[in-house]
Amino acid sequence: MSGGVDSSTVAGLLQRQGTPIIGLTMQLWNQRRLPELQPDGGATGRCCSLDDVYDARQVAAALGIPYYVVNFEERFEQDVVRPFIDEYLAGRTPVPCTLCNNFLKFDQLLSTAASLGAETVATGHYARIRRDERTGRRLLLRGADASRDQTYFLWGLTQEQLARTLFPLGEFQKSQVREMAREMGLPVAEKGDSQEICFVPNGDYAAFIEGYFRERGIEREQPRGEIVTADGRRLGEHAGVHRYTIGQRRGLKVAAGEPLYVIATDPAAQRVVVGRGDELLKSELEAANVNWIAFARPPAELRAQVKIRNKHQAAPATVSPQPGARARVRFDEPQRAVTPGQAAVFYDGDLVLGGGWIS
Amino acid sequence: MTHYYFDHNATTPVSPEVLEALLGATRDVYGNASSIHYQGQQAKQYLEAARRQVASLLNAKPQEIVFLSGGTEADNLAIFGTVRYAPRAKKHVITTAFEHPAVLGACAQLEREGVEVTRLPVSGAGLVDPEDVRRALRPETVLISVMHANNELGTLQPIAEIARIAREAGVLMHSDGVQALGKAPVDVEALGVDLYSITGHKVYAPKGEGALFVRKGTRLRSVQFGGHHERDRRPGTENVPGAVALGRAAEWIAANLAAEAGRLRSLRDRLESAVLARVPACGVNGAGAPRTPNTSNIYFDNVDGEAMVIALDLKGFSVSGGAACSSGAAEPSHVLTAIGLAPERARASIRFSLGRQNTAEQVDALVDAIAATVAHLRHVAPAPKLSHA
Repeated sequence: MSGGVDSSTVAGLLQRQGTPIIGLTMQLWNQRRLPELQPDGGATGRCCSLDDVYDARQVAAALGIPYYVVNFEERFEQDVVRPFIDEYLAGRTPVPCTLCNNFLKFDQLLSTAASLGAETVATGHYARIRRDERTGRRLLLRGADASRDQTYFLWGLTQEQLARTLFPLGEFQKSQVREMAREMGLPVAEKGDSQEICFVPNGDYAAFIEGYFRERGIEREQPRGEIVTADGRRLGEHAGVHRYTIGQRRGLKVAAGEPLYVIATDPAAQRVVVGRGDELLKSELEAANVNWIAFARPPAELRAQVKIRNKHQAAPATVSPQPGARARVRFDEPQRAVTPGQAAVFYDGDLVLGGGWIS
Repeated sequence: MTHYYFDHNATTPVSPEVLEALLGATRDVYGNASSIHYQGQQAKQYLEAARRQVASLLNAKPQEIVFLSGGTEADNLAIFGTVRYAPRAKKHVITTAFEHPAVLGACAQLEREGVEVTRLPVSGAGLVDPEDVRRALRPETVLISVMHANNELGTLQPIAEIARIAREAGVLMHSDGVQALGKAPVDVEALGVDLYSITGHKVYAPKGEGALFVRKGTRLRSVQFGGHHERDRRPGTENVPGAVALGRAAEWIAANLAAEAGRLRSLRDRLESAVLARVPACGVNGAGAPRTPNTSNIYFDNVDGEAMVIALDLKGFSVSGGAACSSGAAEPSHVLTAIGLAPERARASIRFSLGRQNTAEQVDALVDAIAATVAHLRHVAPAPKLSHA
């Protein structure tokens, strides 16, 4: 229970069905850390904040269910925050929510649930799980509310994890969820949606990374490098490749006759490569650590719609699974800003076939 | 479901005799103890009677007892009230690594104010070595603060020896006695301390009332500013019913400590011997040291302590893991880390603290629940693996 309207409504729905439930909130990050990034004090107002825990506790009390806060801060730092930082420093653009799902929500939390005698974990994700009667496999489908679908962050779930997971909101529209929360009299029914990465104040991940090193007393040389075009023309200077992501246009501070975008970063040479919009287009990508949900073994080649970032419109492509949990993706039409570190998720309509990390 | 309470080091229920005294004073005594008239004088009489009860228990003089809101305020007043006003330019304070946050937090604030602080290490058994205190002394040392009984382990510190060292060096000695009162004899003369903190809610009085013993002649100034209450040491209209409750609790301890301590010790030993016999791969933290009779801190290898506390709560047994943080989640214990426990073992440790309402039957039920819970946790969910400490 995050203290938001979605997970609170899940608790209300299950309790109404008579399912015996225990409310858990994961304490993932100590919001008192890096106070210099948070002029407002930080312990309130964002995810994992005292305000959210307060709200979750109020909902649990209103429903009359047992409720606990569990401290997963160490695991979160090890499996989400540090890889997040490493990825940026390596010139990639990570998806921490997927790591959190893979290692916290659907691993550590499942384990805690089992400890407490709970068979399943229910969350407020907008996604659906079905059992394929023919093969017995658990299938993952997009949430019925297309604008809220969260399967882009859930492609890493294994069969074991899916078998012990419930997404009770999968069939609903967000507006219906809010209506149900109101009708159940939940104290969070009118609460706004959470946004941005929960542990990064104000979405400023570069300041977060620098603050994290400062907190640990690690002196880092102020990274500097050149901003160049693909043909090597020097256009300006930058203060660290981790501040740039592919497709970025704003904040480049270079003068050119036409709009320029980041088309690649090279952390080894501390180089940011910029170019015209059409230079961002790519027809192919390779995905690593691929997890297949729909098949025990994927076919040699398959047609799919492939989504390369959360807000991307999944595009038709041919996917060729490769040995070593890899896959090659060939889009029918070139796609803009294929970004290493993001996920490529393969769909067949609403069905999530699988996904992997763009290398 | 029946709930059995084994967390008396966190807090205690209000006992029947204290409740009676508290209700009587709340109903009948409403005067301001500073007022000249009948009701004021009546309140003053109740307040001073309570002060005598507390003083008598501690073997102190009534004028040496300052009533205040509890252990945290007592620790803060003892530390800031002496150190800030010590007539020295350069100041140094000695404390230990496993004090209560009230002491550690006050010392951290002193550091920000330019005072140097030494935090002494603690032995694996959970004891401070008086020789470490002696070695840490400097010409500019103004205060030594060492807790009497540790809240998580129950280990009793050699306060009398440390106080002797302090006195020889001409340094003030404070002890946080919140976890010792009501469990071990507390005699401020025998201990030789200058300042001693206690609180009501660990001894069956309500939350919100405590006291600081301040030896006559100790230079201590208030850290709050207002009226002349408590001989200028703690401004604010006195909480007379609270003081009455603390006084009544002190009186009960004076009459019953020996018998109750013996009873708790036998229950605690019953708990420990049964757990050690029935549960594989567990052990008692701080077992080698003298301990308060009610406290048992046990590690269960390959068990996630946080899950164990929740699982036991769902079965109706209230116990404690590490200290609770503001969200209510458990934090790794600085006490267990200070005695050198590996992080996995610190995370796998549970504190059981017994009290007046516990019986042998409750202890036996607890042992059954522990054995079943540990077996279940080890089976379904081995403790989370972390690659770093």
